[in-house]
Amino acid sequence: MAVRDRIEVLEQPAEQRKNNFNEVALGYNYDMAKEEAKRCLQCKVPTCISGCPVGIDIPGFIREIVKENLEGSFKILKSYNYLPAICGRVCPQEVQCEGACVLSKVGKPINIGALERFVADWASENNVQFENTEYSKEIIIKNNKKRVAIIGSGPAGLTVASELGKRGYQIDIYEALHEFGGVLIYGIPEFRLPKSIVKKEIFDLEKLGVNFLKNIPVGYAIPVHEILEDYDAVFVGVGAGTPKFMGIPGSELNGVYSANEFLTRVNLMRAYKFPEYDTPIRVGKKAVVVGGGNTAMDAARSALRLGADVTIVYRRTEAEMPARKAEIHHAKEEGIKILTLATPVKYVGDENGNLIAIECVRMELGEPDESGRRRPVFVNGSNFIIEADTVIEAIGTEANKFLLSQFPDLKTNKYGYIITNEYGQTSIPKVFAGGDIVTGSATVILAMGAGKSAAQGIQKFLED
Amino acid sequence: MFEHSDTINKIISKRKLSKGIHELWIFNPFVSKHTKPGQFVIIKVSEKGERIPLTIAETNGDNFRIVVKAVGKSTYELCSLKQGDILFDVAGPLGKPSEVKFYGNVLVIGGGVGIAAIYPIAKALKEVGNKLTVIIGARTIDDLIMKDEFEFADRVIKATDDGSSGQKGTVIDFMEEELRNSKYDIIWAVGPAIMMKFASEVADKHNLPIWVSLNSIMIDGTGMCGGCRTLIKNEKDGEIKYVCVDGPEFDGRYVDWDSFMKRLNQYKEQEKIAFERYLDQIGDISWL
Repeated sequence: MAVRDRIEVLEQPAEQRKNNFNEVALGYNYDMAKEEAKRCLQCKVPTCISGCPVGIDIPGFIREIVKENLEGSFKILKSYNYLPAICGRVCPQEVQCEGACVLSKVGKPINIGALERFVADWASENNVQFENTEYSKEIIIKNNKKRVAIIGSGPAGLTVASELGKRGYQIDIYEALHEFGGVLIYGIPEFRLPKSIVKKEIFDLEKLGVNFLKNIPVGYAIPVHEILEDYDAVFVGVGAGTPKFMGIPGSELNGVYSANEFLTRVNLMRAYKFPEYDTPIRVGKKAVVVGGGNTAMDAARSALRLGADVTIVYRRTEAEMPARKAEIHHAKEEGIKILTLATPVKYVGDENGNLIAIECVRMELGEPDESGRRRPVFVNGSNFIIEADTVIEAIGTEANKFLLSQFPDLKTNKYGYIITNEYGQTSIPKVFAGGDIVTGSATVILAMGAGKSAAQGIQKFLED
Repeated sequence: MFEHSDTINKIISKRKLSKGIHELWIFNPFVSKHTKPGQFVIIKVSEKGERIPLTIAETNGDNFRIVVKAVGKSTYELCSLKQGDILFDVAGPLGKPSEVKFYGNVLVIGGGVGIAAIYPIAKALKEVGNKLTVIIGARTIDDLIMKDEFEFADRVIKATDDGSSGQKGTVIDFMEEELRNSKYDIIWAVGPAIMMKFASEVADKHNLPIWVSLNSIMIDGTGMCGGCRTLIKNEKDGEIKYVCVDGPEFDGRYVDWDSFMKRLNQYKEQEKIAFERYLDQIGDISWL
C-alpha cells in the first residue's frame, strides 16, 4: 500500500517573518487536519504512544478528528496532557511520537504535533471546556483536605498541578517571576510559542482550583521550613536556569549576553517592543550567537528580528548540533549564517567597554567523548577576528542554586542537581522534584513526563 | 493562608524627603516579614514596566519602606504614584543579607539616596553592640535625607558639599579624617558607584574591609540571567559574581570598579529615549 504524502503545515514566508515576532508555523486548517488524520493507520499496537513521554492515546485522538468529533478528540488529549497547545508546538516530535510512528519507515510519519496543536487551538477558539470526569466526587472531596506546594511554574510544575488538581488536591504554585510558565514564558520566543497560548493553558489550570502565586522567591519570601510545615507534600520544579558563561577575557563587556538574559529581555519583558515596553535591549548591526542548541537558534532568530545580521558560531559541525533540525532549517531560511568548527577565545572592547570584535579559533574534531560526539580540539595558530557588537552565549545552563541554597537538607549530586527515585521522591520524604533541576537541561515534554511521574509519587505518598 | 489579598503592593503612605527623593511604605507581608538588612526587592511599577531593584530601607509589620530617587523613566513613574496606588509586581526579599555581628568599632557611610540603604544595616549593627559612627552626606542640607533618623548611633557626621549642614566636605573627606584619628574594625559604604569606589580606595589604604552594596542593572534578580554580573578581583585573578544572588554586598577593595561603572552605562541611549518619551507624556514635573 502506498503511503500518501504528509500534508505540510502552512508557514509564514521567511522574507516576511524575519521582520516580525508572529508565529512562524500557522498550523492546519480543518480540511488539512482531516486529510492528515486519515493517513493514520490506526495501529492495533501503536508504537507512537511509547514515544510520547506522557503516553497520549495518539490513535484515539486522531480517530476522533477523522470522525469530525473534535470535542471528543480534545477530551482524549486533555486527559493525558493538560497543555496540548504548548506540546503540539514545542515538543521535538521527530525523536518522540513521530519518530516512533510506523510510517516513518516507508515515508513521512503522521504530523502528530500539528494535529495535537490543531485540536487544542480549535478548542480554545470555540471555548470548549474540559470537564474533569476522570475521578469520582468522593475521591475529589477526600483529597481536598491535602495540601501540596509546587515551587516553580515551568512545564514540570504545571504538569504536577494539573495531575493533582484533577484529583482534587489543594495546590499552591509559587513562582519567583511575575508571569507563570518558566521557560515557556521567558525562554521560548513568541514566534515559536505565542505567550497568549501559555496564558490560556494556565488559565485552564486555575479552573481546576490551582492557586497561582507570583513574585514569591521561595526560601526568601517564605522560609523553606514554613513550606515544609504547612503542606502535606512539596514539589520542587525550579529548573536549571543558571547560565554558564565561557569565562573568556572580556566577558564583562557591554554587548555580551547570556542567552537567558537576552531571551528574558525579549520574551518576558517584551524588549522587542521598546519603548512601548520599558525594558531595553542592545542589538547592534552584527550579532554572534555561540552554541548549537535550541536556545542558540531562539537567540539567533530573535536577534535577527531585532535587525541584526546574525552568525551562529559552533565548535563542532552541523551534524552534531543538538538543536531540532526544523529550527536549524528555519534559521537558515531566515538568512542566519552558521560558522562551524570555530569558538571564541576573547572578546575585544573599545574604551567605553563596548564589544567591537570577537577573537575566534578554528577547531577540528578528535576522538569521540562521553556523549559519543567527536570532541572538538583547537587548531593552534588559527585565530581570526569577527567584527561584532553583540554576542550571545548559548552554551548551556546549570542547576538553579537560588532555592537550593535555602534547602540544605535536600541531597544533590556533584553537578548540583537534586537526587530522586523513579517517582521523583527526594532525600526528604515529603519533598518531590522533577524536570531540569533533576536531569539537567532537557526538553519541555521530558519535564512534563517527570511531572507526571512525580504526581503519581506524591499521590502514592499521600494515599498509602 | 498564602493567598494574595487585593491590597498586596498597595502604597500605604508616601512622603517627599527632598527634591526628587521620595519615601514609600508598601504593604507586602511576604517581603516585610522575612527581610533582613542589606536585602532588596525587584519592582515592576506598571504593566509594561521594567523590573528595577531597590533596597529595602526598613520594615514594620506587613509593610516595608523604600526610598526612591527619580533618575529615569521607571523611578519618575514610581515617585509619581500616590498613597493607595498599587504596584504591579514586587518580588523579594532578594540577595544575601549583610553580615551583621559584633566587630567592635564600625564606620558606616551613606551618600545621597544610599543613606536609606545603609539605615537598616547601621541599626542592626548597633543592636548587636557595635560602637557606631555614621557619616551621611549630600550636596546641600536640603538634599540630605533621613538626617534625624540616625540618632541611635554613637556619633553622626552630616556632610554637605557646600557646608550648609555646618560640616563642609564630602563623605570621603570625613571618612579619611575618621580613619586618621580613630581605629576602626570594618566599614560599610553605600551610595553612588563613584563614591563607593573612592571609599574602597581609602579603605584599601588603611587595610580595612569595606562592604559596599552594588547597584547593578538587574532583570530577574534570582540568578538566572547574569545581567548583573560583576568582576570581583581576588588574590589570584578575578571571578564573575552575580550581584543578585552572590551579593549585593561585596568587599569594595576587590570590585573591578571600571568595568562595573561601564556596565551601568550599557543602556544610556535607550534610557534617554524612554525618559524623554515619558516626560512628553506627563509634562509638568514641578511636584518632584
